[in-house]
Amino acid sequence: MPDQNAPTTTGLTTESATLAGELFGDGVGTQAGPPAVPAAGTGTAGQAAPGAHSHGGATPTGSPAERFTSIDPDAFGVPTGREETWRFTPMKRLRPLLDGAPSDAHLTWTTDLPEGVELTSVEVGDPLLKGLPEPVDRLAALARQRSGGAAVVRVAKEAQLGRPVTLGLAGSGSEDVVWGHLVIEVGAFAKATIVLDHSGLARYAGGVSVLVGDSAQVKLVSVQDWAPGAVHGGQYDAVVGRDATFTQVVVTLGGDLVRLVSNVQYAGPGGSAELFGVYFSDETQHQEHRLWVDHAVPNCSSDVLYKGALQGEGARTVWIGDVRIRPAATGTETYELNRNLVLTDGARADSVPNLEIETGEIVGAGHASATGRFDDEQLFYLCSRGIEAETARRLVVRGFFADVVQRIGLDALQDRLMAAIDERLGALPALDEQPVEVS
Amino acid sequence: MSVLEIRDLHVSVGEGDDAKEILRGVDLTVRSGETHAIMGPNGSGKSTLAYSIAGHPKYTITGGSVTLDGEDVLAMSVDERARAGLFLAMQYPVEVPGVSVSNFLRTAATAIKGEAPKLRTWVKDVKSEMEALEMDPAFAERNVNEGFSGGEKKRHEILQMRLLKPGIAILDETDSGLDVDALRIVSEGVNRTREEGDVGVLLITHYTRILRYIKPDFVHVFVGGRIAEEGGPELAEKLENEGYAAYAKGSGETAA
Repeated sequence: MPDQNAPTTTGLTTESATLAGELFGDGVGTQAGPPAVPAAGTGTAGQAAPGAHSHGGATPTGSPAERFTSIDPDAFGVPTGREETWRFTPMKRLRPLLDGAPSDAHLTWTTDLPEGVELTSVEVGDPLLKGLPEPVDRLAALARQRSGGAAVVRVAKEAQLGRPVTLGLAGSGSEDVVWGHLVIEVGAFAKATIVLDHSGLARYAGGVSVLVGDSAQVKLVSVQDWAPGAVHGGQYDAVVGRDATFTQVVVTLGGDLVRLVSNVQYAGPGGSAELFGVYFSDETQHQEHRLWVDHAVPNCSSDVLYKGALQGEGARTVWIGDVRIRPAATGTETYELNRNLVLTDGARADSVPNLEIETGEIVGAGHASATGRFDDEQLFYLCSRGIEAETARRLVVRGFFADVVQRIGLDALQDRLMAAIDERLGALPALDEQPVEVS
Repeated sequence: MSVLEIRDLHVSVGEGDDAKEILRGVDLTVRSGETHAIMGPNGSGKSTLAYSIAGHPKYTITGGSVTLDGEDVLAMSVDERARAGLFLAMQYPVEVPGVSVSNFLRTAATAIKGEAPKLRTWVKDVKSEMEALEMDPAFAERNVNEGFSGGEKKRHEILQMRLLKPGIAILDETDSGLDVDALRIVSEGVNRTREEGDVGVLLITHYTRILRYIKPDFVHVFVGGRIAEEGGPELAEKLENEGYAAYAKGSGETAA
């Protein structure tokens, strides 16, 4: 796809290449083996490597060091904000989470569970939890440690859900940090859509672990429609089974600070992951999305598309897209794209795609990043059809978001999100008419 | 009844010392019911003329005038020009992600007509025009120009011309990149508009191929940023046989 947004220097940081040492942190050693007890019913997804936790001596292989993971918060030390993984985050505003005490505070859950879905919970020490990918930073480790087990959404194997699983997660305004962990376990050959709909005021550190069974098709939608002042940090992990498809759509609109780390690993060959996201940062909002796709088995694909818009003084977004193709991951196909639309002065978007390729036998790998103002050619095209500049501008921005939002595939939710975006853009006079279908 | 009058038009691109004059005094009058072909070699300024009339911000008018029915086109914004009755079918239509064709067409029609077209007749109009251009109905739900083939983009341009019913239509190399079937379909769309009403057409092309389908009343040879020769349809035949070589020799320096 050609870049239509001529990159400008406005608030733009694009680092096309980062040193491997910087990228992969200080972790050493090779990946740990499969956990002793695989999660039941998911096939290979339950046997996921839980990440690098071994502290054996480094073997000089020429490969980048492993990303450090641990369930022990203290193994990470207390971040100062100078670390690679924290350097974009306003630490002062994150302190309420990092310094938060253990608590019994929780979000108010409103659930819609179609037939074939079980919502349950497991205690600390449950074998299911031991097999999950480990936290990659201190905040995620704190959440794992303090969540006191996990809520578990289980979709039986071969289940074909008639409607999405919806978990409305609302903050009550408490100053206590809510520590949470949600495990979504989808059995082999099942097809499920899960919507996490965050709203209200909260300080929330929540992990989400998704186990996608062999040949399952799972779509996870996470909406951050928080009230002003909310702080949300979370690590999302997906373990994609053999020939399975995982689609994640992240929509971040509200809150004071939202920092989501999404990791994908493949438990067997033939897996496919699509990671889509939209974010809209207004005055002073900090929205940070970090992605890490680890291709370690053959013939898997990943497709990343994140689009963000910024308006107002102090609006800030960060997008980090790391993709690693390990030597064993032949036949990999990966592409990642981040595009940011800077609507006003005083906003800043950082965009850092990183691609590590350790085998030449791949189908394709690429990334692109562009941050800029309006596309003048798009505006000219619309105006040349009689559409006023202001309406054209809104159409372009609306379309910019709709491009990703329409991938959710749930009309009611899409309409709600587009309405929320419209509200922030101002009314669209020419679009107040009812939508027209021509068919 | 519309009259587009271009008088001694001078246009440059770039700013300051980098400014470069592309159009060097263009005179042309297009009236309703007339079809003018502008033919010329690459770099002669044909597309610059089209984009300048439409108001593309890249081009600076340094002299001359353009009026539509006596109104000063150059004083109008891009959207005002369209609402006044000018239409430009672009050579390279732009992708607009996330905006569906049906939404775009209706928004444009609403802007041009000053009110939203009646839903029932509008849907019928769009449907029948798409059928006539041999476009799949699913096309309406795709995003504007996104992933369109070259032929689909040009059909989409002509579809807009059919629905927006301009007084003056400028077709900028609408024939480029089209196979014979697509060229026929697109040409028939243009001819329907010519037969139905009072449209004036300015057909910009490098090749004479499209003129076998759309018969011009006047042919202008464009070289070095101005019109080098004018005549009737017979001039196109001459160009078909002899090419532009004779003009290039005489014009001295040509615009890039």
